[in-house]
Amino acid sequence: MSGIPHDHYEPKTKGEKWVHSRLPIIGLIYDTLMIPTPKNLNWMWIWGIVLAFTLGLQIITGVVLVMHYTPHVDMAFASIEHIMRDVNGGHMIRYFHMNGASLFFVAVYAHIFRGLYYGSYKAPREITWIIGMLMYLVMMGTAFMGYVLPWGQMSFHGTAVITGLFGAIPFIGESIQTWLLGASAVGQPALNRFFSLHYLLPFILAGLTIVHIWAFHSTGNNNPTGVEVRRTSKEDAKKDTLPFWPYFVIKDLFALAVILVVFVAIVGFMPNYLGHPDNYIKANALATPAHIVPEWYFLPFYAILRAFTADVWAVQFVNWISFGIIDAKFFGVLAMFGAIAVMALAPWLDTSSVRSGRFRPMFKWWFALLAVDFMVLMWVGAQSTTFPYDWISLIAATYWFAYFLVILPLLGVIEKPTKAPATIEEDFNAHYGKSSGNPAE
Amino acid sequence: MFRKLTITAAVALGLSTGAAFAAGGESHVEDFAFSFEGPFGSYDQNQLQRGLKIYTEVCSACHGLEFVAFRTLADEGGPEFSEDQVRAYASNFEVWDPSLAEGEGDFRPATPADKFPGSSLSNAPDLSLMAKARAGFHGPYGLGLNQLFKGMGGAEYIASLLHGYEEAPSCAPEDFDGYYNTVFAAGGYPDACKDENGNHLYPGSWIAMAPPLVGEDVEFDDGHSNELHHEVQDVAAFLMWAAEPKLVQRKDAGLTGVIFLTILSVLLYLTNKRLWAPHKNGRKED
Repeated sequence: MSGIPHDHYEPKTKGEKWVHSRLPIIGLIYDTLMIPTPKNLNWMWIWGIVLAFTLGLQIITGVVLVMHYTPHVDMAFASIEHIMRDVNGGHMIRYFHMNGASLFFVAVYAHIFRGLYYGSYKAPREITWIIGMLMYLVMMGTAFMGYVLPWGQMSFHGTAVITGLFGAIPFIGESIQTWLLGASAVGQPALNRFFSLHYLLPFILAGLTIVHIWAFHSTGNNNPTGVEVRRTSKEDAKKDTLPFWPYFVIKDLFALAVILVVFVAIVGFMPNYLGHPDNYIKANALATPAHIVPEWYFLPFYAILRAFTADVWAVQFVNWISFGIIDAKFFGVLAMFGAIAVMALAPWLDTSSVRSGRFRPMFKWWFALLAVDFMVLMWVGAQSTTFPYDWISLIAATYWFAYFLVILPLLGVIEKPTKAPATIEEDFNAHYGKSSGNPAE
Repeated sequence: MFRKLTITAAVALGLSTGAAFAAGGESHVEDFAFSFEGPFGSYDQNQLQRGLKIYTEVCSACHGLEFVAFRTLADEGGPEFSEDQVRAYASNFEVWDPSLAEGEGDFRPATPADKFPGSSLSNAPDLSLMAKARAGFHGPYGLGLNQLFKGMGGAEYIASLLHGYEEAPSCAPEDFDGYYNTVFAAGGYPDACKDENGNHLYPGSWIAMAPPLVGEDVEFDDGHSNELHHEVQDVAAFLMWAAEPKLVQRKDAGLTGVIFLTILSVLLYLTNKRLWAPHKNGRKED
């Protein structure tokens, strides 16, 4: 794997040769762990390990929770309380799982924004990026369906609202909504199938993880300079890289341990801080909560969904030009999915030949604004839709699209990038001052 | 559509402005100092016992605790009654046992293995999770910092609500349904008490529950104060325990985890530093 020249696994003992000629699995593991990795990776390259760990944590805690959970509208809520009160350590397992979802999204957003800043989506890593976006979608689906399972008020009414989004599709929307719910309204069929899918999707996510890793092991990692590892010879490549094991495994584990200190503190001391109190009220179809608010990690896209109301001229124009087929509600749904679609298309929207934002003086500012924009959307998604929140969400949502559809294509043309170092080794040594006495190297 | 839903719900609940995030609403929730707050806080056993007494003599007339088993009253970190005390206490309640009377079912005295009865009034919510199903002030500006620094505030909300009954403002019609409460936000609100834009002129709303505690409602064997201000805190603390009986165990586990992972972090930091040293030539510039 990886186009970077490096030493491959050679079976030495008789036993290893025997296994290797039948199933080269040791070689596969060896090559995966020993992959040459750019030695200048910074601390934003640790999120992959955090994500892999969290997926494992969620699967293990989830499998245990399933042993005590009952997917039935009359029993689900009580079975969660059974886990919280009667199952040995059940309260900790459940709180780990519940907050694990938040850790997952913290890590995935950091991971995605890392990619956006350092241009990790650019050629030749487009497939890694697209698979990553698919994984993000699967994650969101899994998280949403998991939130339904406790069958609290937010579970129930959130399901009604989210599946209602599909109901906004013209002509066939209602049929799709009924098909998704297995009935005309949220009830037992919906709970059962969401339970089934919530168990299935993480394993699909695990499969996609392998493909994601395979893809970037084929191209090699990006790095903070965006400069490729030298592939001219094994010796050149060695100057730019270090093997993943032990250098990056230990570094990533250190970062993971620090993140887990914070995570365990949240689970231990404030496990309900990120949740919504209404979900401790059993689902009641007749009493709609005053404010149906999704979990924090959905808020940016929820804000985009709500931003485009019928009084926005763009919505009115689209409504007119589509002969009324695309109304404000459907426009909002398209905008929400479109917001993720434009992000997935970044490799083709970004016209700059320079990969890393470090050497793009104008891009830096627009990117910083995008990060702020994301936080603003997250905040405004939890607010009401009255003035001034309606204006803030409209401006913030518009910037999200403008960044991908206008700014990224334009910057590549008008921006004058600064000079990147010639090699990764040069960048690394500039930081850690190695070859100062030996200019010939 | 979200907007429509939100508006419908808000109108149905008699709220005309909807800026608040959490179920606590816009009304003022007092920040009581409970013993179980903070990373090291734990329940005050005596307070839980007093709270149980108030619950038993007052709240349980209408409300239930359907998820709380009597046996947990003896659990560590809770009210910690003895097993005999729990058995005697449970036998005061009657539970429905479908296996009695040759499968016809009949009532029998509860045992520690049973759970508290549910609510006896259809519009009195079960209180098992009330302290987690409500939260205090989420602000400022929807950032949730208040909850971050002062705790989720469910127990504060309960204590404030029980303490929040006041004489109805004079604008309200005499026969308006319910009792005026300055903390309860989700109740009815008379039009006569709104300004021309529909904004409420007074905090809170009208709640269906008559003031359950007025002070000196129960007598404590140890002579502890039974003023209203103390009673509401005692019963709120008890309901916090009912909602989160494993709070003490959870914080212990959290503390152990934080200490262990901090040590692990330090060890991994040193390992990492040593591992990379030859490649960084020991001269780190940034």
